[in-house]
Amino acid sequence: MKNKYSIFSLIKNSFTYHENWQRAWRDPEPKKNYDVIIVGGGGHGLATAYYLAKEHNLKNIAVLEKGWIGGGNTGRNTTIIRSNYLWDASAGLYDHALKLWEGLSQELNYNVMFSQRGVMNLAHNLHDVRELKRRTHANRLNGIDCDWLDTKQVKEFCPIINCSPDIRYPVMGSTLQKRAGTARHDAVAWGYARGADSFGVDIIQNCEVTGIKRKGNNIEGVETTKGFIKTTKVGIVAAGHSSVLANMAGIRLPLESKPLQALVSEPIKPIIDTVVMSNAVHAYVSQSDKGELVIGAGTDAYISYTQKGTHEVIEGTLKAILELYPIFSRLKMLRQWGGIVDICPDASPIISKTSINGLYFNCGWGTGGFKATPGSGNLFAYTIAKNEPHKLNAAFNINRFISGDLVDEHGAAAVAH
Amino acid sequence: MFIIKCPYCGERDHTEFSYGGEAHIVRPKQPTELSDDQWAEYLFMRKNIKGLQYERWNHSHGCRQWFNVARDTSNDKIHLIYKMGENPPK
Repeated sequence: MKNKYSIFSLIKNSFTYHENWQRAWRDPEPKKNYDVIIVGGGGHGLATAYYLAKEHNLKNIAVLEKGWIGGGNTGRNTTIIRSNYLWDASAGLYDHALKLWEGLSQELNYNVMFSQRGVMNLAHNLHDVRELKRRTHANRLNGIDCDWLDTKQVKEFCPIINCSPDIRYPVMGSTLQKRAGTARHDAVAWGYARGADSFGVDIIQNCEVTGIKRKGNNIEGVETTKGFIKTTKVGIVAAGHSSVLANMAGIRLPLESKPLQALVSEPIKPIIDTVVMSNAVHAYVSQSDKGELVIGAGTDAYISYTQKGTHEVIEGTLKAILELYPIFSRLKMLRQWGGIVDICPDASPIISKTSINGLYFNCGWGTGGFKATPGSGNLFAYTIAKNEPHKLNAAFNINRFISGDLVDEHGAAAVAH
Repeated sequence: MFIIKCPYCGERDHTEFSYGGEAHIVRPKQPTELSDDQWAEYLFMRKNIKGLQYERWNHSHGCRQWFNVARDTSNDKIHLIYKMGENPPK
């Protein structure tokens, strides 16, 4: 049983200099046999295990993570959360996630620092204006809050944006989703890990899956660096390495894995109290609670698993940032990193059964998976437990690439693929 | 960040080139005969290899010629460059 975090537990533990806090999750050795194995201990994988245990009453679950939990894309993204996607299917999926975010800290008894500071999407040309106004209307029809701001209102809402008509790509307006915002990415992984662990889920770190054993069309278990583990159901949530695991199971996915970069500046006093994204010039920025500017850059054009990314991608992003925010011109950038994102041809994810019984994939989140973490885990857990998709992820099955019923979200995805 | 040796122009920074995706995907000879499954394989399914991948590049800011590259996607090291139409190395 987990001790509840509260002001009282904080005071109590301060008497012992915070040296006697209970471990947030155990560090077990793998058992011989599990009902469900989740491969990938990021936010999505841990959330899947949490909801499997909590909502579907499965108790014998393991999460296998090759590194440490939250050390992949969960710890490498720019933490933006929004649900202003164009199509009905995406609106349903991402707003389901956003609604779960709104109660997540209470649900997990873990402060994920969810901050609904609003997300702006800037328009820089006539086409942007039309496209973003269309998206505003589409969002409203789906019950998702979204406002259109003209240039003057943009300046009022976020005064540091350069709204001069003389810049190369002038600001011609913006959408604003006020319920959108940011959360603390590590806390999301840790909160779900603690929650899942309290339901008895084994979270096994430093355990890489090296093979998936099949008997005919059924799953028999997984080979790992800690030995063979028997199971009949495997849910793979491995982001950039999804294709590598699919290859082990003998199936193919429509994914390409590319490095996506982000960087943070030195910490400064509060200067930007919202999230501003700009697809056309490819710059997006927010400010963390520590005061660092968190800046998202683009993907490299080619497949790579290097977790690095190239310099000219950052250069392009920072050029755009400096034109939009001249006030940042003397800031130093402190850190830069890359994560490997798995991009689908239609910029929408796959949460699906596969042609193999007991093998499920949750992948293809590409450049924007963090925002969906709770919803993704919740719906993937449903899909695994019931062996059929929930109505909210039915459109995101893998067969859409055969039927041609794609969910084209290139316009609403943050990073141009 | 890496250097690509264009078979026509020599060594240049990779920013001069455009990536053309997985190589040796052959367009179906008789498109009308294909099932939806086969179309999906051709259009969307990719190897997405972690390791040695055969891929196409175009020297778009140079001679504009296409060619094939064998690159290790786990470290971006280029092992071999060969011309379009040539078979991949064994």
